Amino acid sequence: MTASVGRLAADGRLGAATARSLGRLVQGYGISAALGVPLGIAMARSLLVQRALRPAVLGLQALPSICWLPLAVLWFGLSETAILFVVVMGSLLAVAIATEDGVSGIDPVLLRAAGTLGIHGPRFVAGVLLPAALPGILTGLKLGWSFAWRALMAGELLFVAGGLGQLLSQGRELLDAAQVMGVMLCIVAIGVAVDQVLFRLLEVRIRRRWGLVEVS
Amino acid sequence: MRPRAGRPSHIPGFRAGRQAHGIAHSLRMWTELLARLLGRPVRGRLVPHPARLGPPKIDVFRVGHRFANRVVALRDVNVAVHSGEFVCLVGPSGCGKTTLLYALAGHIAPSGGRISVDGVQVTGPGPDRLLVFQEPALFPWLTVRQNLVFALRSRGLGRAEADARAREYVHLVHLDGFEDTLPHQLSGGMRMRVQLARALAMDPAVLLMDEPFAALDAQTRSHMHELLQRIWTRDRKTVVFVTHDVREALVLGDRVVVMAARPGRVLHDLEVHLPRPRDPDDPALVEMSRLVREELRRAERAAAEAAAPGEAPDATRPPDDGAPRRSAPALGAPL
Repeated sequence: MTASVGRLAADGRLGAATARSLGRLVQGYGISAALGVPLGIAMARSLLVQRALRPAVLGLQALPSICWLPLAVLWFGLSETAILFVVVMGSLLAVAIATEDGVSGIDPVLLRAAGTLGIHGPRFVAGVLLPAALPGILTGLKLGWSFAWRALMAGELLFVAGGLGQLLSQGRELLDAAQVMGVMLCIVAIGVAVDQVLFRLLEVRIRRRWGLVEVS
Repeated sequence: MRPRAGRPSHIPGFRAGRQAHGIAHSLRMWTELLARLLGRPVRGRLVPHPARLGPPKIDVFRVGHRFANRVVALRDVNVAVHSGEFVCLVGPSGCGKTTLLYALAGHIAPSGGRISVDGVQVTGPGPDRLLVFQEPALFPWLTVRQNLVFALRSRGLGRAEADARAREYVHLVHLDGFEDTLPHQLSGGMRMRVQLARALAMDPAVLLMDEPFAALDAQTRSHMHELLQRIWTRDRKTVVFVTHDVREALVLGDRVVVMAARPGRVLHDLEVHLPRPRDPDDPALVEMSRLVREELRRAERAAAEAAAPGEAPDATRPPDDGAPRRSAPALGAPL
């Protein structure tokens, strides 16, 4: 297995596939974070948006992201866009729901304080709402990340477009269990690295700054 | 049918509850006072607040409020606060004092009556009125200085100006050296001082304070009283201060508006004549506080009797009168 991974790494296939997958992930995840956070805030702050979108968001959340693939292929063809669409749909809703929870969970005293201090408009959203909900939003982003990663792998497996998923299905076609397990290990490693290193670090920093943990 | 007690006059400052059998009560109060005057020297005085001339800063006119669950939080409340006055609203929990304060702040729209500041009706929170909360209500991700600067910048102050002002007010509440500390690293009293500094730095025309020191320990609270008195004698801001602690109200207020519960209403509007700075252990103040508390207890008993007439029959009450018995306030009599 190690030899197989070493061989893949040596001829550059592993590197290229990882770069390709991560590139897609960054794009798709970026889009869903950029859309999901505002959507979550809108759902928490506006009754109209909440009434209109919440049932749809909650319902679609129950749909495994890979189920979007057939529709994506119909709409966008066998293209990069189709895979991006699957990744976005897989993580957007999780981010939106967690953001909504984070915003609704803000201490009402802070909102009242902002009201009496006359803080409103963009300054209120950027200076009070976002930072106050940040611990919750971060949880959503973390969740969204793992959903995006899963959606991407599923998409790449089902539909040949390079990336780690394709490397995996290639291994199956070649009856090379070592390659399959090696690539699986790489997928796990990347997922854990981002989750444990990047998000953990951010989370600890934010919780400390916000005074949510005992500072030792 | 007997006219219903407490029909309001249209003079602001008129207190509801004047009743025929209140005279007997007020006579008793006078004799009590006379005995006290003869017995020992009384330094301070507690007198009914006379209706002042001129347009008030804050005018609460026939305000009533009923919550969605039909509970009457306020009934026919009339209070006129003039510029530069320090008014304490004091009363038991459920007397509507906090509701009234939030209505002043514009966070609650009362279901009846009118509240105006400088003749303009209150419809929402405004920059002229600032609410100080029981909780510190600081933004936890901002340092002490940033908390002040952020609030000041939202009022359109430039960075340098906001910085200077923040420093000035942090100094005023004796927190020099803590500018770059996060709120959760401060003690409760210090957090409260930061909130006070932030409120004062915003320079509102009216400061509305909702039991701001209730969660503090006695020692810290008395320090905060000294600080607030010193700042108030310096700036002479209009302050409306809500508390359930009669002693605190008497230490801080020029005027003490005593409220009673069920329904929330004004029982007395009293002026406190005591030199500042006031000592909470001043015998005159302690005596006043005892009288006010007694008055509150009496009102509570009367309300309980009215709520359950069968249990506590009242000889002074006409048997055919279906209207609930009001408390018998000693209006016109100094306490």
